[in-house]
Amino acid sequence: MSGIMGTPFLKIVAGLVVVLMFIGLNAILLGYGERKISGFIQRRLGPYAVGPHGIFQMMVDMVKLMTKQLVTPKQADKYLYWAAPLIAFMAVPVLFIAIPFSPTFTVLDVNLGIVLILAFAGLNVLALCIGGWGSNNKWSLLGAARSVSQYIAFEVPILLVALAIAMMTGTLNLSEIVNQQGNFPWQWNIVVQPLAFVIFFVASLAEMNRVPFDLPEGESELTAGYNTEYGGMGFGLFVLAEYTHVVVASSVMTALFLGGWKGPFLPGIWWFLLKMYLLCFIIIWIRWAYPRVRFDQLLNLSWKYLIPAGILNLLATAFLVKLF
Amino acid sequence: MEFWKEDFYSRKFAEKKRDDTIIVNMGPQHPATHGVLRVLVELYGEYIVRSECVLGYLHRMQEKMGEVKTYPQFYPNTGRLDYAHALAWNWAYVGAVERLAGIEVPERAEYIRVITTELNRIASHLLWWGVYLLDLGAFTPVMYAFEDREILLDILQRVTGSRLTYTYFRFGGVFQDIDSKFIEQTKNFCKRMRSRLNLYRDFVTENIIFRKRVEGVGVFSKDLITKYGATGPVARGSGINYDVRKAEPYGVYDRFDFEIPVEESGDCLARYTVRMREIEQSLNIIEQAIEGLPEGDFRNKKAPKILKPPPGEAYFSVESARGKVGIYVVSDGGLNPYRVKLRSPTYSNLSLLNEASEGMLLADYVATLGSLDLVIPEIDK
Repeated sequence: MSGIMGTPFLKIVAGLVVVLMFIGLNAILLGYGERKISGFIQRRLGPYAVGPHGIFQMMVDMVKLMTKQLVTPKQADKYLYWAAPLIAFMAVPVLFIAIPFSPTFTVLDVNLGIVLILAFAGLNVLALCIGGWGSNNKWSLLGAARSVSQYIAFEVPILLVALAIAMMTGTLNLSEIVNQQGNFPWQWNIVVQPLAFVIFFVASLAEMNRVPFDLPEGESELTAGYNTEYGGMGFGLFVLAEYTHVVVASSVMTALFLGGWKGPFLPGIWWFLLKMYLLCFIIIWIRWAYPRVRFDQLLNLSWKYLIPAGILNLLATAFLVKLF
Repeated sequence: MEFWKEDFYSRKFAEKKRDDTIIVNMGPQHPATHGVLRVLVELYGEYIVRSECVLGYLHRMQEKMGEVKTYPQFYPNTGRLDYAHALAWNWAYVGAVERLAGIEVPERAEYIRVITTELNRIASHLLWWGVYLLDLGAFTPVMYAFEDREILLDILQRVTGSRLTYTYFRFGGVFQDIDSKFIEQTKNFCKRMRSRLNLYRDFVTENIIFRKRVEGVGVFSKDLITKYGATGPVARGSGINYDVRKAEPYGVYDRFDFEIPVEESGDCLARYTVRMREIEQSLNIIEQAIEGLPEGDFRNKKAPKILKPPPGEAYFSVESARGKVGIYVVSDGGLNPYRVKLRSPTYSNLSLLNEASEGMLLADYVATLGSLDLVIPEIDK
């Protein structure tokens, strides 16, 4: 880096601005998508009501969230209570920095791309935890406890799978991993590592608290878990963080398994967005089709099935890498 | 101030609190209690040490109202007791007073009563089905159930005039006759509902997550059922073959060919299966009743306009979607009943919960509570 005003610094600043816009846009897009897809699956007319095809509904929602009074519960820990949504949101832009959208559009092409993303994704659980504690509500506290143990359980299989990919490609740099894959589907990592993809997908669903693993929230059991006491923009920031996690997880899966920006005809970024939003669509689809699992079943899924499968996958990968 | 020092029930409950547990209020505003039921729960982690239901947040002294109103004036109250299966309560009250005053009911009216009550039973089970899956965290089934239920409510609205709290039955018959359009719509609905049941089976019943959530959860033993007098699908899910329609036939139920679904395992899945099979049996009954619908009056023309039954007492029980509904009416020869006693099924069914819940997980508790099919106005009367 040549001085503080050198190119990398400017690039990061410009990238951050773009990323923040992208986050906002994505939240709107996914919120709209969530409404439309759920309306389609449930055969409701509701998402058509406000404006043509219901496009104004999200804006109305945003106005509502922003203009709501910010209420702090009487006996809550004021500082922790308001720090939680901020922490949940603050880690989010960093997650996008290492994602390679196209060969030219990568904000920071670091060698430890996956590790950076996994590390900063962990801040979300800290936010849920102190939000649940700071609310001074027992349901929130239960939600916080659930989120912590869920995160610890599902972080392990994700790391095991990422390690297997790293062994195979010999790098942790996401651009490099994408570069090693070809233009056509049979040249992607998902063909070599199908088990790894399944493990990664299931564990990501659990990490971003989406149905069927939305136990920290679990509105029928814990009233709304960690965000029982939040309203207005406090709640809004949690939701924004959740949608961003959906996008980030889909992006990482695209880069690791689905060949990233590689594709036969179109320019790279379109392929990346196409694959990413397809995964987002599947995640939303699952949400509206499945009931919620029980907490012990969730932990059993990780400790008894995903982690052993991940270790087997890792051993097999190591063996094959050594062999060929 | 901790909440459990504030009122009598909480203080009583907190007396036995262990040091390593927390007490939480489930309800009256918790989404899983389907109304204003309050459950005090002592939690050790996520395990339930003990729980106690606190009733009375919706108490409207229905029994006292029965005593201060004339006989016909109590009609609307029956519809508001169990809003999900209002016609069963209609029938129990009307039946008890008819028995007390010796009013004959024309055959056509009996058939109409069977058809509408069974339609309403399906509506009630559909509502339960959707809301139960909401308890388990799936939102889409509610919408599917409501789609079918809307058709039913449209059909019932044609003859009863209302969509939820029906007041359709009268002493000696029903409020108005059913027409050919009603019959055609009902037939269409029966055809449609059978195919929809297949969809429900594919979408929910065979879903692995759903089965893991309900299989072996919330088991009620036969002893527990008999101890607290639970009835309806809750009892039949535990292998007790008791249904008022078969055990003490009323109306014209003895003329129809239908079976009573019974499951042996006594868990949430058993109660679920019983209700789903009951929908099929109700469809059978409706089709048979429409087939054999006789011509004639829909109301007894000789039924007195101002009712003054002779001194005496009468009891009439019907099978509602939740179990045995019984109404006991005592007359002293005046315009008002001397005493009206209501036997509501969910009140007995709910009593099972405190004993069965010990050592359960919180999520299982929600699943079990939902499988009881609670309607709070009926419990609190």
